[in-house]
Amino acid sequence: MVVFDRKSEPHDPGLIRKLKKTALSIRRDVLTMTTRAGSGHPGGSLSCADLLAALYFHHLRYDPENPGWEDRDRFILSKGHACPALYSALSMAGFFSREALRDLRKCGSILQGHPDMNTTPGIEASTGSLGQGLSIGCGMALAARLDRREYRVYVLMGDGEMNEGQVWEAAMAGAHYEVDNLLAIVDRNMIQLDGPTEKILRLEPLNEKWKAFGWHVMEIDGHDMLQILEALDAAEKIKHKPTVIIAHTVKGKGVSFMENQVKYHGKALTEDELQKALEELDRGGEGERQE
Amino acid sequence: MKDRSKGFNLETRQEALMREAYGRTLAELGEKDSSIVVLDADLSTSTKTSVFAERFPERFFNVGVAEANLMGIAAGLASAGKIPFVSTFSVFGTEKGLSQFKQSIAYPKLNVKIVVTHGGLTVGEDGASHFCLWDIAIMRALPNTTVVVPADAIETEMAIMAVAKHQGPTFVRLTRPKTPLVYEEGYRYSGHQLKFEIGKSVTLEDGGDATIIATGPLVAEALVAASNLKMENLDVGVINMHTVKPLDERTVLKAAVETNALVTAEDHSVIGGLGGAVTEVLAENRPTPLRRIGVRDEYGESGPWRKLYERYGLTSQHIEKAVREVLKMKR
Repeated sequence: MVVFDRKSEPHDPGLIRKLKKTALSIRRDVLTMTTRAGSGHPGGSLSCADLLAALYFHHLRYDPENPGWEDRDRFILSKGHACPALYSALSMAGFFSREALRDLRKCGSILQGHPDMNTTPGIEASTGSLGQGLSIGCGMALAARLDRREYRVYVLMGDGEMNEGQVWEAAMAGAHYEVDNLLAIVDRNMIQLDGPTEKILRLEPLNEKWKAFGWHVMEIDGHDMLQILEALDAAEKIKHKPTVIIAHTVKGKGVSFMENQVKYHGKALTEDELQKALEELDRGGEGERQE
Repeated sequence: MKDRSKGFNLETRQEALMREAYGRTLAELGEKDSSIVVLDADLSTSTKTSVFAERFPERFFNVGVAEANLMGIAAGLASAGKIPFVSTFSVFGTEKGLSQFKQSIAYPKLNVKIVVTHGGLTVGEDGASHFCLWDIAIMRALPNTTVVVPADAIETEMAIMAVAKHQGPTFVRLTRPKTPLVYEEGYRYSGHQLKFEIGKSVTLEDGGDATIIATGPLVAEALVAASNLKMENLDVGVINMHTVKPLDERTVLKAAVETNALVTAEDHSVIGGLGGAVTEVLAENRPTPLRRIGVRDEYGESGPWRKLYERYGLTSQHIEKAVREVLKMKR
């Protein structure tokens, strides 16, 4: 047993620095992997990199050597297309080798185009067809209650994904069953495949929608590491209702020419673009270190 | 002259509700195994999961009229080691929860049992909006999925017990009304004790001239047909194909070799169900004269289910006619 359990570590500047650096590594991996694969979804993978760094390298409890450990926290990537970011986090966490990242989306790879719980160690649910993760998370949370286990369930959804009716079915159920061991996070990057979320199908007022469905709602800057950590902790104190964190993010975060660009939702960078992007990420990383 | 009183006769047969057998069996299983959980989408008093719900309220989840979420919650429970039985009407479970069943359950091979009631035309008066005459075809097309269609209430009990032990995504299809009992108490037929095994058909009647392969409530109709044809000196076998997937191919091919004249019979579209499954096996291995009894690519309409069986060609008389036709083809 090599349980990762660091939730209680103080949120000091050292931790924040470390997690920001990890998020940067996730971003580098995302871009490198998708360019190598020649396809994938870099935009929404970059927007959730900070959230994943906070979850996998501070907040969640898990054992990479025993991915099926019964008391582990469960994380479901409902916006399955952002899996390059999750694969990066899982490989750094030790669920599988760094080399595996090279084979994203290739035949025979353990890293499928969308998450596959039977192929990739550490993946908790097979997702990709949007809207399904919150229901699964709700089921896991109910199972934890039946078994009187302490683990918590985390579901990361996209904002475009909020268009799916099933999300709201699950939202009703989560509140009805009062699953306070379930935390939903919305990666609110404001852009979906075809364009701005408010132009495609208006989501606002999103906060009030979740509230009306009976959830405790928090809104944070999804790139502010301290805010993320504080929100994850605060959510655990909310009882008798599930919590949703609306994390305001930037699609393509970290690479100036990708930020807020619809076209990088589902398009990998060319080799030249990748070099430019990695250089920029490096510069940003240096900036972080000087803080 | 036909003496219908001696053979398999629907008028003298006892009838029972598959749904009741299901609810009762589920509650018994719940007593023995605390990992069994049950989910329903606001139809529990109809699907009879209410019997389980009363006994084990903490292990019963009524998710409301929300079939997508129904499947997803079941997937989550299964991935945490529970054995979820999920019930609703076939039309809702199959059609409204399909994407979720595929993506969240069948693809990752989660141990979820979908037990739908109100299969086929037996829905009756509610009409076309409530029919799902393609559930077997759809579910059978999904990899990792086992499809079981019991013939009566007694076999339903056997099937549910077997399905509870079976590992993996499973779809079980039951009917709405009381249907004639094919079996005698304790899963016997003509005095013989039988054993229910998923994937293994039950040969109810041997026959040298032709073989009827039937599933669900059409097994009883097939037995009536065979019994009537016997009076015309036609020796017709009846196989109950209670598992449509995996199909008992060996028995299908054996019947093809032995009688060289087959009729499939199901309360389902002729496209893609039992008829489809049997013809696929035969076409690739041993082309054999065959007729399919089933609904011929229609949505159906309201009416008492027996009347609908007459109107859409699902009665014993239709099966008898098909057997005569297939015997002509063989010559």
